[in-house]
Amino acid sequence: MNAPVIIFFVLAAIAVLGAVSLILQRHPIHSALSLIVVMVALAGLYLLMGAEFVAAVQIIVYGGAIMVLFIFVIMLLNAGEEERTDFSKLATYAGVPLAVAVTGLIAAAIVNSTAAASLPPAAPATLTSTRTLSTLLFKEFVYPFELTSFLILVAILGAIVLAQREN
Amino acid sequence: MPILEHLWIIPLLPLLGSALNGLLGWKWPNKTVHSVALAATGLSFACALEAVREFVANGQQLFRKEFFDWIVAGNFRAGFDLQFDQLTVVMVLVVTGVGFLIHIYSTGYMAHEEGYFRFFSYLNLFMFFMLILVLAANYTLLFVGWEGVGLCSYLLIGFYFLKKSATNAGKKAFIVNRIGDFGFMLGMFLLFRTFHTLDFTALFAQAGPLPGEAMGQFGTLTVACILLFVGATGKSAQLPLYVWLPDAMEGPTPVSALIHAATMVTAGVYVVARSHILFTHAPTAMYVVAIVGCATAFFAATIGLVQSDIKKVLAYSTVSQLGYMFLGCGVGAFSAGIFHLMTHAFFKALLFLAAGSVIHAMGGEQDMWHMGGLASKIKVTFWCMLFGTIAIAGFFPFAAFFSKDAILFAAFNHEPGGKALYAVGLLAAVLTSFYMFRLIWLTFFGQKRYDEHHVHVHESPLNMTIPLMILAALSLTGGWFALPALVGGKDYFSEFLSPVLGSGEIAGIENAHNLELTLSGVAMLAAVVGLIVAWRMYAKDVKRGKSEGLHKLLYNKYYVDELYQAAIVGPLVWISQNVLWKVVDVGVIDGTVNGIASGTTAVGDRVRQVQSGNTRSYAVWVLIGALLVFGIIFWPIVHPALVGGMR
Amino acid sequence: MVPTNYYVLLSAILFGLGIVAFVFKRNIITIFMAIELMLNAVNLAFVAFSQALGKPDGEVFVLFVIIVAAAEAAVGLGIIILTARNRRSLNVENVNLLKL
Repeated sequence: MNAPVIIFFVLAAIAVLGAVSLILQRHPIHSALSLIVVMVALAGLYLLMGAEFVAAVQIIVYGGAIMVLFIFVIMLLNAGEEERTDFSKLATYAGVPLAVAVTGLIAAAIVNSTAAASLPPAAPATLTSTRTLSTLLFKEFVYPFELTSFLILVAILGAIVLAQREN
Repeated sequence: MPILEHLWIIPLLPLLGSALNGLLGWKWPNKTVHSVALAATGLSFACALEAVREFVANGQQLFRKEFFDWIVAGNFRAGFDLQFDQLTVVMVLVVTGVGFLIHIYSTGYMAHEEGYFRFFSYLNLFMFFMLILVLAANYTLLFVGWEGVGLCSYLLIGFYFLKKSATNAGKKAFIVNRIGDFGFMLGMFLLFRTFHTLDFTALFAQAGPLPGEAMGQFGTLTVACILLFVGATGKSAQLPLYVWLPDAMEGPTPVSALIHAATMVTAGVYVVARSHILFTHAPTAMYVVAIVGCATAFFAATIGLVQSDIKKVLAYSTVSQLGYMFLGCGVGAFSAGIFHLMTHAFFKALLFLAAGSVIHAMGGEQDMWHMGGLASKIKVTFWCMLFGTIAIAGFFPFAAFFSKDAILFAAFNHEPGGKALYAVGLLAAVLTSFYMFRLIWLTFFGQKRYDEHHVHVHESPLNMTIPLMILAALSLTGGWFALPALVGGKDYFSEFLSPVLGSGEIAGIENAHNLELTLSGVAMLAAVVGLIVAWRMYAKDVKRGKSEGLHKLLYNKYYVDELYQAAIVGPLVWISQNVLWKVVDVGVIDGTVNGIASGTTAVGDRVRQVQSGNTRSYAVWVLIGALLVFGIIFWPIVHPALVGGMR
Repeated sequence: MVPTNYYVLLSAILFGLGIVAFVFKRNIITIFMAIELMLNAVNLAFVAFSQALGKPDGEVFVLFVIIVAAAEAAVGLGIIILTARNRRSLNVENVNLLKL
């Protein structure tokens, strides 16, 4: 039991608790805040794995932009506590078993997969430098990169069109 | 050899006549219609004569020519091949000659009928098919002609198609024929499977050297021959498929004369004679043929004893005489059978045409009990009919004496059971003479049993009486080919046919010639006995008695038609209605089709309920889909673990 | 060192929790957040494998996922706003016009 493992478990616990809280909370704003907790925990995990740039991006973009957007929308729409309606019988009865089944399936696959066993236990904290990432991004992945910029452009246009008031 | 090289012209001429009359005749006057038809048939007869002359001049060699390939499938070839040999000579002359005479007669008989052009079109079409039948060089083409004459028979029997009884009779003829055709086809299939060809020359060449099958053994040849004979039973109206022939009298009388006396019904005899090589290898089959022929001859004669319709008497007489022909073939005397075929064509056509003349004179009356005393009024018809009757009864020197005699002689000498066959045949001859003379006396003598004011008895016009006279002459002289044999000379007819049919000489009989003379004498005696009994019973004034007991049985044709109706037709119709229609068609087929439709509708109904419009349900469906995909992808990884975990 | 399996298992658990949230919550916005949770779980797996294999390609992919998530969130929330104004409710069960 060395330090990284302990840190891992702590962060993992925080992430799972945050996720559970997201499910159990009734007011959407509380769910949003729980999600932020999850994201911070995940950022910590990324740091643990040596992906410092990704951790930073996670906090800045995910936590700082996307979640803030969520909170703005919640406040804009004046979301209240959830109602207790229950029209979908299927979701009520089949939901949990299915979710458990999917999770279990994936977990079983992971546990039994021989490919994972052949992976060497990670070398100690090889920090991935930003320089390496950017080199990759602008060399091998330049095409998807340009496409994503195009995608963001489309998203901006879409958001503007949607948010216009009807004239 | 111009005609023989173009042998197809003999059947083609009537086909042309049929097509012209059929397509254009509806707006032609009667004269044009019958000119076309008579020209077609007459020219065909002339060509046939020329073909015979060429054949004889060429040394009577078998002539065979393939004109074009009709069916070629793998190893099987059925061509439009025509052949000409001695047997064909006899058949083609009978068909075209008697056919031509009947065409002439029809111009008078059908002069006032609706559908004159239709009649001649059908009649010419019949000539075409019949000529194809007799000229064919393989079984397949023969079968084309066989079916075709059946079709024309149906068309002509049902000529008065507005009359229900006529259309029923036409259907009956066709359907009963079809049953026979089924047997014929099976026979052809078996022959093809055994010999891999249906061509006469090739098939008989293969079959000739084969060892004969024993009596009682049902080998391939025997079965094939019996199946061919089943076909002949249908076409030539033998037991048990004769029932259509009496009903076929619904057709106009020239039709009865041509088709149901002279030509179509003889097709069965022709086939048996043509296949004689096969039959001689299968004594069991020949015995069957002989027994059926003999039984039919007797059976039909008994029914003919008491009939009151003049045409029905002649119809049963035809069935009976056909039985004689088969008896002849069955005991090995094929040329005797063909001889009787030829003489029968003459006198039966004569009898039918004369009966038609009587009916014409009586204004349509066919019941003999409403006739009487006509001899002085319609002299020509009377004398012709008398000639025909004397011929059929077998009096010397008329035609049937020689032919019937040859058959009975061959039957007498046949082993085994020949004596019994001879006895029954002789008895049938007595009955034949009896019922024919009964017909003469009832129709032409005695008191008038009709109303003079309603019926104006008049002689038929020349175009009807001249063919009668020609046929009467043939009935007298037609048998004279065999005349020299009586006085120790040659039988020219069987000698002419011997290259095809074998000599038919019965060896090893002591004193064959004297025996033959004795039996001839006995046959004449039989004819005389019949004449005398008929004279005693019917010549003077006679009243019609009540029909009871044996008379009733015979008058109602042994109730055979009713028996068939109850035993075969009734159950079949019941099965068709209740099983095939209600159960199979409505229940199974419709049920399946409708069931699929309603099943699909039901399934669609259920599946529709998935579209609940509820987003969360849709989310769960997505999840289920994802689960399936994961399952399929991860199965190879997870499966061993599961199996290991379960142990 | 932390074995890679741990990270991936954690990713699976988070993913499962995201599915549960997705199925059970009735507020549209909360469902959307569950989607974000699932995406995050996947990101974790990517980074874990990237570290295990020693290649930085996985992290580049994570960047792309985050970009796409951002774009998606923007447009999606726009749609949510419109729908909410239209149906006057944030309950996903009121979005049922597709009912046959």
